[in-house]
Amino acid sequence: MNSKTVTNVMLAFYMAIFFGFLFGPLIVMGVSAFNTSTYPQVYPIEGFTLLWFEKLLNDRDMVYGLKNSLWIGMWVVVLSVPLGLAGAMMMSQIYSKARSFYYVIVVSPVLTPGVIIGISTVVFWGDLTTTTNSRFLYHGLFMTVLGQSSFISAYCMLMFMSRLNKFDRAQEEAGLDLGASQTQVFFHILLPFLRPAIFSSAVLAFLSSFENYNTTTFAILADKTLTTVLAGRVRQGTTPAISALAVLIIAVTVVGAIIYEIVKRREDRERQARLDAAHAAELRELESIEKATHHA
Amino acid sequence: MADVEIDCLTVQFGSFTAVKDVSLQIRQGEFFSFLGPSGCGKTTILRTISGFQDPTNGAVRIGGQDMSGIGPNQRPTALIFQNLALFPLMTVFENIGYGLRVRGVPKANRDRKVDELLHLTALSDQGHKKIEELSGGQKQRVAIARALAVEPKVLLLDEPLSALDLKLRQYMRNELRAIQRRVGVTFIYITHDQGEALTMSDRIAVMNRGKIEQVGNGRDVYEYPQTSFVASFVGENNGFSGTITKISGDQAEIETSVGRLVGLNKKSLVVGAKAILFIRPEAMQCGAQGENNLSGIAADAAYEGMTTHLTMKVHDGSSIIATLTGAPALEFPPQGSSVSFAFATRDALILPV
Amino acid sequence: MLSSAGHPFIFILPFIAIVIFWVMAKFEPKPVGVTQKSFFERNGVPVAIYLIVAVTFWSLFMIVLPQLFMVEMSFRPKLPQIEIGGPKDLYTFENYHYFIYGSTTISDAINWVHIKAFFLTIFASLLIAIFNLALCYPLAFYMAQVAPAARVRFFLLLLIAPYWVNEILRAFALRIMLSSNGLINKILIGSGVVDQPVDFIGNDIALYAGLGYAYMLLMIFSLYNTIETLDHAQIEAARDLGAPWWHIHTFIVIPFIKPGVASGCTLVFMLSAGSLAAPLVLSGPRSLWFTPIVYDRFNQAFNWPQGAAYALILLIACVTFVLFVLRLGRLSLGEIAK
Repeated sequence: MNSKTVTNVMLAFYMAIFFGFLFGPLIVMGVSAFNTSTYPQVYPIEGFTLLWFEKLLNDRDMVYGLKNSLWIGMWVVVLSVPLGLAGAMMMSQIYSKARSFYYVIVVSPVLTPGVIIGISTVVFWGDLTTTTNSRFLYHGLFMTVLGQSSFISAYCMLMFMSRLNKFDRAQEEAGLDLGASQTQVFFHILLPFLRPAIFSSAVLAFLSSFENYNTTTFAILADKTLTTVLAGRVRQGTTPAISALAVLIIAVTVVGAIIYEIVKRREDRERQARLDAAHAAELRELESIEKATHHA
Repeated sequence: MADVEIDCLTVQFGSFTAVKDVSLQIRQGEFFSFLGPSGCGKTTILRTISGFQDPTNGAVRIGGQDMSGIGPNQRPTALIFQNLALFPLMTVFENIGYGLRVRGVPKANRDRKVDELLHLTALSDQGHKKIEELSGGQKQRVAIARALAVEPKVLLLDEPLSALDLKLRQYMRNELRAIQRRVGVTFIYITHDQGEALTMSDRIAVMNRGKIEQVGNGRDVYEYPQTSFVASFVGENNGFSGTITKISGDQAEIETSVGRLVGLNKKSLVVGAKAILFIRPEAMQCGAQGENNLSGIAADAAYEGMTTHLTMKVHDGSSIIATLTGAPALEFPPQGSSVSFAFATRDALILPV
Repeated sequence: MLSSAGHPFIFILPFIAIVIFWVMAKFEPKPVGVTQKSFFERNGVPVAIYLIVAVTFWSLFMIVLPQLFMVEMSFRPKLPQIEIGGPKDLYTFENYHYFIYGSTTISDAINWVHIKAFFLTIFASLLIAIFNLALCYPLAFYMAQVAPAARVRFFLLLLIAPYWVNEILRAFALRIMLSSNGLINKILIGSGVVDQPVDFIGNDIALYAGLGYAYMLLMIFSLYNTIETLDHAQIEAARDLGAPWWHIHTFIVIPFIKPGVASGCTLVFMLSAGSLAAPLVLSGPRSLWFTPIVYDRFNQAFNWPQGAAYALILLIACVTFVLFVLRLGRLSLGEIAK
């Protein structure tokens, strides 16, 4: 055996372990959702059933939690994307010490444990709403949106920052030079440029919010979201209905990923077509110059 | 009538002075170029005229009106950026119409104007395309059309041709000049390429280290350089530095490392002054004896068909170039053999260091 | 000190910071080539107002003030609602005292349960970070330097896919697999390796595996992103010069990807130490983890000041760790938070 095959065998072995660790549990869980056994298991297979999905859909708490999760996710997007954008734009306009100072503050939520963010949000707003007599704001859903947005805004900001880095300042100046106001430049030139980042940070914000547990479990107060209901269920005991939920989530995700891939491929094709057109135009141009110089 | 008037302009960035006390008048309808190496301050002047840079001192007036405090979006100027800065998410049509759109021009008028400009720049059938679909030359034309759409008094161009390849660049020079003649707008052009400046401009300002060295038409700056920087920057030149030893009439003799040479003393230098004698390669003769003679060893002969560049190494290690035109009658001296160059006194210029 | 004096003070603090920030931003020299125009001129009034309002609201009301309030609360005594703000509401260290001695006043016995849980959490998180680094490095290197582009794209998809499933469900999946009648135990018993099911959950193996599993993706990406920027020619050159593979990794790759290693380890450490879902789902009755203890201060003991103190202890440990890693690798915060 030469060293190349040894390396390949080792690589294959490592990959098997790695992806086994990554997917094994999910596959086991997925299969258990269809097994009649009341304990989620893959072996022995006692029979195929969709009973667990039915149970899931009839679970009032879960459905209620899901509604809350969607509602919270939507508001987190509405809040985090503009905050992240503002954060990134501010970052691009300050320098040296002021910049480091600001950076530490707005990036700190990314590096703070989620439980602490949840706790501090509840503590602060609990106090503030009491002293300002606006106790109605001290509401689980509202607290959760605020708590989650504090770090999700930072995620969005990091995405906007990397997109803004690619922004050509000359675009902005060209707009101004043609007579646009700063505000018009923002809406006509900067925002369209940021559209991909707006879209992807909105998706990221929604997903981060939807699956968040650590912050939510404190901030939600007496209310529930899908993840907190789920955590409760899992603590009570294991049932294949939870596996069924996972299967549904995976299915939705896979569909989403496929749609994304299709859209992406179509965009790539369109872009390639444009570049091909440019190349063809380039050749025609050179040809016509050639002709013109010959005649002269 | 002066269209753009630059008055004692100074621009500083921290402790660095990019533009030093520059005064200049650019006439209505003129094709005016700023020529200089990178970092000489030409782009800063352009950005000051367009309003992106505030002067530290001095003023810019356009059509007699002081521009201080007027933002770039309110000035009667339009800038063509080095990278063109076309809006990639808009079509050609939208790009050209953008200036009119933000000015609130009604759609019908706007469309008519854009169509006109598409016609002017030979882009009539390209309006619906995205910027990405265009060739280099087409992008140039869109940029010009977009800038002209707002009917500026002055069009500022920041080395817009530098990204093109050679053939297209030369072609676009003619096209730019033709467009300028047709629309009659004042063009202010920035370049470090002397060929561009010489072929297109009515007048050229040669800049170095934040200062204007000389202003004049192409012939002036090429044939009658006023400073040694202009002499060496515009076109090829052989320079011999030394000290003036004798003055006779409008001529002077200068002691250099390759011997005593005689040239025209237009700057009225006095004996003992440090100076440089410049002689163009095409004024140099090979093999013949003349008023001034140089000898050395043939180092290289670069044959280009219409011209041939001969390089001679002299004893102090420096190279002297002679450019011969037409099919030369003589055989090129073989590499390593001794060779002699000669030039006439009336072709040589002595300028202060 | 009477704690009613605390809040106005806390409210003033960030505004002082804003003034300092403004002064810095205003008077610090800007780099050459950047517009010297004022903030309002540069952005236009509507956008400038949006930026200021959004950033102020975010940084003050969502980040700084909540943290300061939590710090402040951790120094308050636990009092019935009616007495809050009254004469007994004095600042105190009793919550921290409790962490060490298990009582707010008596210092006789040490609160071993909490202290042990705390140090175990820190130590285990560290090990998990290192384990993750070892597990992910080969794959990250393979993807960034060896594999063809199409395969990398496929791998990235494979890696991201499991992370669309939320943390609790991932922990649950591991629990099914590792429980006493789960698949692993069935395989082990079936093949005769053991005759009694192994109690993965009781002896915390499930917990550590779950934490490692939960944050693997972050490690992979931190490493992948930096290894990708390493010029492949450097490795080729070293190989041409006859360097053995371990030499290439130790002296060329590892020093180059230090920021990636630091950021991956920091993220995994922080998230493990602050994780709540995995310990809730995967720990047995005797398992110790610090976050569930914090959680219980709030939800079972209903002692918020004490919970705040515990949260703060955790936060300080995490911050210390980050600073330590930064110092160790001579890196800046910006390089970690990429």
